[in-house]
Amino acid sequence: MGLIGCSSGKVTLADLQAAAAKIDISDIVIDETDVAPAAMLNLESSDLKFGFIKLTDCAPLVIAKEKGFFDDEGLNVTLEPQSNWKILLDNVINGQLDGAHMLAGQPIGATIGIGTQSPIVTAYSMDYNGNAITVSNDVWAQMQEHEPSLKSPTPPHPISADSLKPVVLEYLADQGQPFPMGMVFPVSTHNYEIRYWLAAAGIHPGMYTTSDLNGFQDAQVQLSTVAPPQMPQNLEADIVKGYCVGEPWNQKAVSTGIGVPVATNSEIWKNNPEKVFGVAKSWADENPSTHLAVIKALIRAGKWLDAKDDTGKLVNRPEAAKILSGKDYVGAEEAVIAQSMTGTFTFQATDVLDMPDFNVFFQGYASYPHYSDCIWFLTQMRRWGQITEPKPAAWYAETAQEIYKPEIYRQAAELLISEGRLEPDELPAIDYDGYRPVTTEFIDGKAYDGRDPIGYINSFEIGTKEES
Amino acid sequence: MNWRGNLLRACEVAGLPILEPFVRLAAGEDKGDQLKGIAKYVLLPMVAIALFLVMWNAAAKTVVTDSAKLPSPAATWDAGRQLIAMHFEQKQVDRLAKQEKLSEAVYMVAEANAYDAAAARSTGAKQDALTAKAATLKTRALAAANYRASSAPTFIDQIWTSVSTVFFGFLLATIVAVPLGVLCGMSPWCNAALTPFIQIFKPVSPLAWLPLAFIVIMWYYAGYASGETYFDKAFLISATTVCLCSLWPTLVNTTLGVASVDKDFINVADVLRLSWMQRLFKIILPASLPLMFAGMRISLGVGWMVLIAADMLAQNPGLGKFVWDEFQNGSELTYARIAFSVIVIGMIGLVLDRFMIFLRNLVSFGNPATA
Repeated sequence: MGLIGCSSGKVTLADLQAAAAKIDISDIVIDETDVAPAAMLNLESSDLKFGFIKLTDCAPLVIAKEKGFFDDEGLNVTLEPQSNWKILLDNVINGQLDGAHMLAGQPIGATIGIGTQSPIVTAYSMDYNGNAITVSNDVWAQMQEHEPSLKSPTPPHPISADSLKPVVLEYLADQGQPFPMGMVFPVSTHNYEIRYWLAAAGIHPGMYTTSDLNGFQDAQVQLSTVAPPQMPQNLEADIVKGYCVGEPWNQKAVSTGIGVPVATNSEIWKNNPEKVFGVAKSWADENPSTHLAVIKALIRAGKWLDAKDDTGKLVNRPEAAKILSGKDYVGAEEAVIAQSMTGTFTFQATDVLDMPDFNVFFQGYASYPHYSDCIWFLTQMRRWGQITEPKPAAWYAETAQEIYKPEIYRQAAELLISEGRLEPDELPAIDYDGYRPVTTEFIDGKAYDGRDPIGYINSFEIGTKEES
Repeated sequence: MNWRGNLLRACEVAGLPILEPFVRLAAGEDKGDQLKGIAKYVLLPMVAIALFLVMWNAAAKTVVTDSAKLPSPAATWDAGRQLIAMHFEQKQVDRLAKQEKLSEAVYMVAEANAYDAAAARSTGAKQDALTAKAATLKTRALAAANYRASSAPTFIDQIWTSVSTVFFGFLLATIVAVPLGVLCGMSPWCNAALTPFIQIFKPVSPLAWLPLAFIVIMWYYAGYASGETYFDKAFLISATTVCLCSLWPTLVNTTLGVASVDKDFINVADVLRLSWMQRLFKIILPASLPLMFAGMRISLGVGWMVLIAADMLAQNPGLGKFVWDEFQNGSELTYARIAFSVIVIGMIGLVLDRFMIFLRNLVSFGNPATA
């Protein structure tokens, strides 16, 4: 074709028509019965730039790009690593990025005005679980002193923070300072998880107040913000004594011998929501079809990542680990990434557990944006004082509907079903109200019901109490 | 011999005195002296570099922490070769993808034409649906035909981004600093007015300016989507930061150069009754050019240093971002790639410096001393 090879200048429709004139259109079979133009979305924009942080759970974005799912929707997507969660959020708000791999708490925090205020919505939950808490070798040795059952090549799991409590109290008495640990962002899942884990053992991780935006008020453990890839270095430099972060930065600590993971977040709350795909509300309003196309590609990516064979083995994960280890994506060694991605988790060289659900991307409606997931974050934000005013239960439900957009997910999924790329039973039933069933699968055994946020907040010993 | 003189002058102007002994040797000058020169300027540095490599290699064996180790020279070299090879592979892949997209686009237009033809044959809602489908196909075809590769920029791409950013920022700074400097040098009143600004802002680290530059650019470009603007926002933010730091050496040196023009020249101008413009262009500017260029040379050097740091801090495209991304990666190759980048950054800095020396020597009269 004559056009090929002309690289400079913009190709116009006239150029294309001239080239297409050589093709005999009577040879082209078209589906004239297809009168629903929805089958091909009329994209508002096709060149998109998405941000991500170098963590394995950016996988749906990377896979959608590398396996050509974005391409199938007519989208030309650039993925840009961001140095930290704050810059990523700012870039989505100021329009440098069209969307991003975000902490589940980020759209919520941004919409209700914790930190930066600017409405962000999400129609796609990227994954469940995927984090762990790691402590330094020295702290691990001290925990073993206080809890002899940990002094085994295969200690019993889950490990609670009970054995850490005396270590924290000793440090507090000796140094006169709270015990330093790291998390990745004030509204991150990691922050709430490590707080949950500590508080479940009676350790106070500190409260946020209107004047203390670091959350150090009354803290026995001081949780500071560190970018994920810097966690192992900070642990090695003894700046923090432990941290909660996503993969591969816990397995990295194990493989390099600088720390010991003690708890995964699926042990703290089984199938807890982790990352979401967030876009500015204004972007979503201006680009409804493009948004839909993006969500379609992401759903396919999630399904691809969780594909299993008859024996329940995750068939595509080794390939995913290889793709993710590329220098433009996560960039850590393939072996380190493969550990958690392929369903095992190494606590110590002697203690390797099968954890097929360490990362859940799709199964059990994991990519559906459930309102109850949003409300859990709101309850924790209130519990730790980030939401400074008491709110009625109805506010929690309304806020969740403002941020989580299951209707977009459903529309995208239905398009995929009509194209034969998704099974109807892979989408929640049409009458599903967005609240996952009440669960007690927490490390402290408490029950969480998204319909009763106030009762849930009041069930904790440490944290804000609401009057009801 | 004229070629000897020309070559020697070329060595001088290009800022490459290292070649001088070779030229003189070829011209048949005193052998002993020239060999001594070669030993001093060529062999000795090579020995020093070799020594450095040996020490580096030894250090690489010793400096090993739990999570990382210092890369050896060999590992660095390998990483560099790999980075360059990756660039060409990526470009090849991108080229193929572009061709494929283009043929897809042509086919899509043909398909759209088929839908249009079908629409012409039918009526009512069906006709509307078919026309809509054809329109959608055409929009998509246009997007596909103008497809730009969305792969991450390679190491070599980042070098070009950085070099063009630093030059843009530096030019911006020069355009502002030279006229201001001339004004300050010619008028003590103007100088007195600007001195407080120069003294307060000159010592400020340009990285401290970065957040402010960020706000200004964001305000200026508010409401534009990425790709709609002539310059990239990130490019302008980096360039502005470079500009803010490379302003001062040029400004101060130009002021000094203009203020210290030989009194005799001024007297001559008075005697000749030159107009203000003639005075400026015939006497003052030519006389102050060497100092002006000395200032610009410092400016470009400072700008290059700051650009890398600014890229790292703000995640703007460029070599700084490349280094930072690699640091975030934390794989075995990370540190070797960073070491290679450090060397490349240094070499580019060297080339930029030589380039400015070359420019200065071209315009200045008398003795072009290199330093």
